[in-house]
Amino acid sequence: MLLEQLRVSVDEFEAGSGWALKPQGACRGEVCVPLPAEAIRDGVVDVVAVAQRLGMPVVEDAEAGLWALGPETLSGHALASAEAPELVLPDVDGNEFRLSSLRGQKVVIVSWAPY
Amino acid sequence: MWQALRTELHPRGIEIVTVGIDAAGAEACRPFIEAAHPEHPSLVDTTHRMSELFGVINIPNGVWIDEHGVITRPVEQASPHPPSDARPFQPIEGLPGRMNEVLDEASRIQVDGRYLEMLRDWAEHGAESRYALDPNEVVERSRPRDSGNAEGQAHLELGAALWARGDQRGAERHWREAHRLDPMNFTAKRQAWSLAVPDGGDFARYLQGPLPGREDEWPYETDWLSEVRGFGAEHYYPPIQT
Repeated sequence: MLLEQLRVSVDEFEAGSGWALKPQGACRGEVCVPLPAEAIRDGVVDVVAVAQRLGMPVVEDAEAGLWALGPETLSGHALASAEAPELVLPDVDGNEFRLSSLRGQKVVIVSWAPY
Repeated sequence: MWQALRTELHPRGIEIVTVGIDAAGAEACRPFIEAAHPEHPSLVDTTHRMSELFGVINIPNGVWIDEHGVITRPVEQASPHPPSDARPFQPIEGLPGRMNEVLDEASRIQVDGRYLEMLRDWAEHGAESRYALDPNEVVERSRPRDSGNAEGQAHLELGAALWARGDQRGAERHWREAHRLDPMNFTAKRQAWSLAVPDGGDFARYLQGPLPGREDEWPYETDWLSEVRGFGAEHYYPPIQT
């Protein structure tokens, strides 16, 4: 997840990281990780505080004024839960597509590259 | 090729979603997508989201998701082709010598031809398919992730962001870090190699290595041909675990 600042809204954090922020902590599927009280204040997420708890790296490019929040390492796997994360990507003309729009069908997602 | 499979499997309850991964942007994917005439969702991933969310580290890779949104097979090699008799590679006339070497090496990659049969089995038997895994197994079989390769993912994404801003040297700096931290992420490597010589002509994106005569411009420690020769083309894709 790319960031221009280290404090973002709950919505931004959830969409970017794939982790839902609930009263019981940061959750993905059935997995919930408790967060310190100061991690979320007035709807603003302290990215570094949440990242520390979930084992997510925060890498800065100071020159570009950007940070990237890497994926969690707490579970030791690419998938913390078998519940599919929401995938939001555009088609080639820029129309947004949501994986969850296919609920009710079996889906196979296949990656390819033009190189 | 995925469209043909979609025609077969969609009436049997499976939708296909293809994702073209390229920091170079949607236009780089467009000719391939338009030639394929997909009826299924065909998406573009310029930030390497597939790697971040699912652990995709090569192409073609596939993930299965059931009707309830639960993953039933994590990322694995996903060939749309049935098993075929491999024919020895014949050099193609008119191609640069190094391109023929790349194609020769690529022809030695071992692809598991069972993927198509596995999908047909899942279409027919659903959760009862011997290939549909339970949730614990899905998590266990998903790619192991440690702090090194998570940090590599962050650098991969920063590199893509800088590439989108036109900062080639900045992108290379982050992609070199991504390669060092996560050496098994072949998408991260191929992405970087494919954009290393942007003015290299038609073959530069596929060559994925130093251009003959311009070797001193190559910004990475390795390249596709030397890496694959090093570990052996037969190890290019981890085998499918059934």
